[in-house]
Amino acid sequence: MTTLTVNEKILTVDAAPDTPLLWVLRDHLGLTGTKYGCGLALCGACTVHVDGVATRSCVLPLRALEGKTVTTIEGLAQARSHPVQRAWLELDVPQCGYCQSGQIMSAAALLRSNPRPTDAQIDAAMSGNLCRCGTYARIRRAIHRAAELIPPGSEE
Amino acid sequence: MSARPADPSRREFCRSTAVLGGGLVLALTLPARASRSRPSAVRGPAELNAWLRIGSDDSITMLVDRSEMGQGVYTALPMLIAEELEVDLARVAIVAAPVGPAYVNPGNGGQVTGTSNSVQDGYEKLRIAGAQARHMLIAAAAARWHVDAGQCRADDGGVLGPKGRRLSYGQLAMDAARLTPPKDVKLKSRTEFRLVGTPHPRLDTPGKVDGSAQFGIDVRLPGMLYAVLAQCPTLGGKVSHVDSSAAAAVSGVRRILPTDGGIIIVAEHVWQAMSARRALKVEWDAGVHHALDTASIGALLEHGERTGHELTAKNTGDVAAALKREPHVLASVYELPLLAHATMEPMNCTADVKAGHCDLYVGTQVQQAAQQAAAEAAGLKPEQVNVITTLLGGGFGRRLEVDFIPAAVIASKAMGVPVQLLWSREDDMRHDIYRPPARESLAAALDAQGKLTALKLHIISPSATARAAPSTTDPFDSVIEYADKIPYAIPSYHLSYSRQEVGVDVGYMRSVSHAPNCFAIECFMDELSALARRDPIDFRLALLEGKPRHRQVLELAKRRSGWGLAKSGRFLGVALLEGYDSKVAQVAEISIAGGALKVHKITCVVDCGAVVNPRIVESQIESGIVFGLSAALWGEITLAEGQVRQGNFNDYRLLRLNEMPELDVHLVASAEAPGGIGEAAVPPVAPALCNAVFAATGKRIRRLPLAGQALA
Repeated sequence: MTTLTVNEKILTVDAAPDTPLLWVLRDHLGLTGTKYGCGLALCGACTVHVDGVATRSCVLPLRALEGKTVTTIEGLAQARSHPVQRAWLELDVPQCGYCQSGQIMSAAALLRSNPRPTDAQIDAAMSGNLCRCGTYARIRRAIHRAAELIPPGSEE
Repeated sequence: MSARPADPSRREFCRSTAVLGGGLVLALTLPARASRSRPSAVRGPAELNAWLRIGSDDSITMLVDRSEMGQGVYTALPMLIAEELEVDLARVAIVAAPVGPAYVNPGNGGQVTGTSNSVQDGYEKLRIAGAQARHMLIAAAAARWHVDAGQCRADDGGVLGPKGRRLSYGQLAMDAARLTPPKDVKLKSRTEFRLVGTPHPRLDTPGKVDGSAQFGIDVRLPGMLYAVLAQCPTLGGKVSHVDSSAAAAVSGVRRILPTDGGIIIVAEHVWQAMSARRALKVEWDAGVHHALDTASIGALLEHGERTGHELTAKNTGDVAAALKREPHVLASVYELPLLAHATMEPMNCTADVKAGHCDLYVGTQVQQAAQQAAAEAAGLKPEQVNVITTLLGGGFGRRLEVDFIPAAVIASKAMGVPVQLLWSREDDMRHDIYRPPARESLAAALDAQGKLTALKLHIISPSATARAAPSTTDPFDSVIEYADKIPYAIPSYHLSYSRQEVGVDVGYMRSVSHAPNCFAIECFMDELSALARRDPIDFRLALLEGKPRHRQVLELAKRRSGWGLAKSGRFLGVALLEGYDSKVAQVAEISIAGGALKVHKITCVVDCGAVVNPRIVESQIESGIVFGLSAALWGEITLAEGQVRQGNFNDYRLLRLNEMPELDVHLVASAEAPGGIGEAAVPPVAPALCNAVFAATGKRIRRLPLAGQALA
């Protein structure tokens, strides 16, 4: 039994301790927005926030999550109101969309620590998230746009 | 490809609704369960044709008969209906069409999403469907009011009549659905479009930014179990002996099922099934391909060039005479590797087999073939299988295959509950139906003035179509693309194909043979321009008299890329493509430092005829360029002892955001018939890149990928 907080709810999960967070979210908690892509932290489709940090959930076992706080794409914001989601909508970033939950979670974590990232900082934060449809040009533009949408004074 | 508009006739409508009535459809953004049962008290939505339902509550649902795999059909196709129906797309719900004859794509001979022709197929057909429905709704209103239909008109989801009367589509739909669709409806002219041609936001974006979009892997059904499949690591091999004791002891494992296609492990959760698979002890019978490797495939293709089984596809003028006569001749061989599709969502399928029925939830590009495959696996008739198409986490041709479907059906039938069967990334990489490898042998002659007078191209490759459709009567299907439509004026041209199988199952991958053939032809054109001592673009333009659309994209690409004006240390290469009735010119700008290649910019000018949604078209072009870059730079599946050596994204490398070049995508305004766009930007990338490498180094790259080749 592991107790953790997911999207602001405290939950106790009964699963094998080696079960990666990805499968806990998808199979035990019904949160299917977080995707399986590679199982080896190579593609970023499974990115969530653990204690506010962008983390590949496919290689993080449940046993490491006792007392941790997890945010998934479903818990990022109400009604797609996060600046990253608004920018993604404005620029129609997704194509097939499969990798986009992970892209958005990585971008949201970047902007949280760095509300005005440069292109080089975007490269560093986002190059772990693969997109086979090749939406990268729009992702970069949307991150810059999201930075503009962050309300003044909300920067940490 | 000429897409013949289908007549959405009454007969097709009735047959398709019979299918619809018995099954369920998956709403774009709603969980499957929510759409599962419709309260019977609600008066069911009226079905005005195969693509349109209107409820008495004014809900409007459009059925899209092409699969959404990122290319935007869930937006572009509804735009075509809405243009004539006069409704706001914001209030329209989108669902995937079931299997039905009305949904057959005549250009592909089935209910198939492929060949980049969804818009070409739907461009008239769906506008006719929208216009017919509008006429029926107007006729229903006129009858209600006892006035002439000419006194009524459609207006934003309703019909306006004399004296300011108005009835909504929802109030009219049941009456309208009883009418016979009118023949010969007049469609709006281009100048009357209010929606088509605009950058309307994609209808599928909201669900793709909040995690609610439903891909195949996201299907959740009551009592559902999860399964994985252990397949022989050697292509074509089989199970010899299984010791499943350790696997069966893994918590949550419910069944271990040996089948012809491998060993199915069913468990309560995915991770349990994956863990059990690691504990499974299997001895494999490697079979006939135990010695197959990349070198032997290359040798087979080389052998194929000399077998004498060469079939001539085109023969104009006299190539042999020109090669003897002309002062300048050149011959080159280009080689292309096997490639994996590597969709981000690995193959998966969810089956729910009950007595006499199967619901199949699957991201597929081929609904009919999926239905057939499931029926065979379940021992049912095809019409007993209801195919519910989910969103596809990438298709690129991989989901034209149905190899991942039977195991899910077998598992569900055995367990008596719904089963979702998921391939791991490694399964997906090692058991793909790969892009065929190819060897392309070219020869050409230039006259004393450096003008191209003869070209010979001999393609040696396995045939995807011969595997996918063994009854095909066209030996050239999918293998001579672009080569049969070269826009250049060449007095003598000989095009031939030798089918040479290599022991690996090959299939269709985004842009299919356009990519290898464009690589060979456009790199060779560059070689010829150098032999002629002409600028590569001028050399091509001189061969494009009477081809204004090709000239225009090439001239625009020349101007926009700063051709001839490259900064110090930067080098440019060009390539042209005619494909999918679209014309594409690309210029790659690169630098090479210390043997390392950097792609700085891709300029891409496209004339794809009339455009339904320029925003989506531009996305597709950007997408195609990235797909082409990954393949050109790193794409290669290799084999050793019959096993695919790549397994994940560490050894099958795809372009990442930090490697993304600047893109300049330019669409030529055009009133021509729409061309395809989902694939057209892929093929010119590799030749433009390799021609730039020549500009930088004087070295010709005649095989892909570029990775591992010395660029000094």
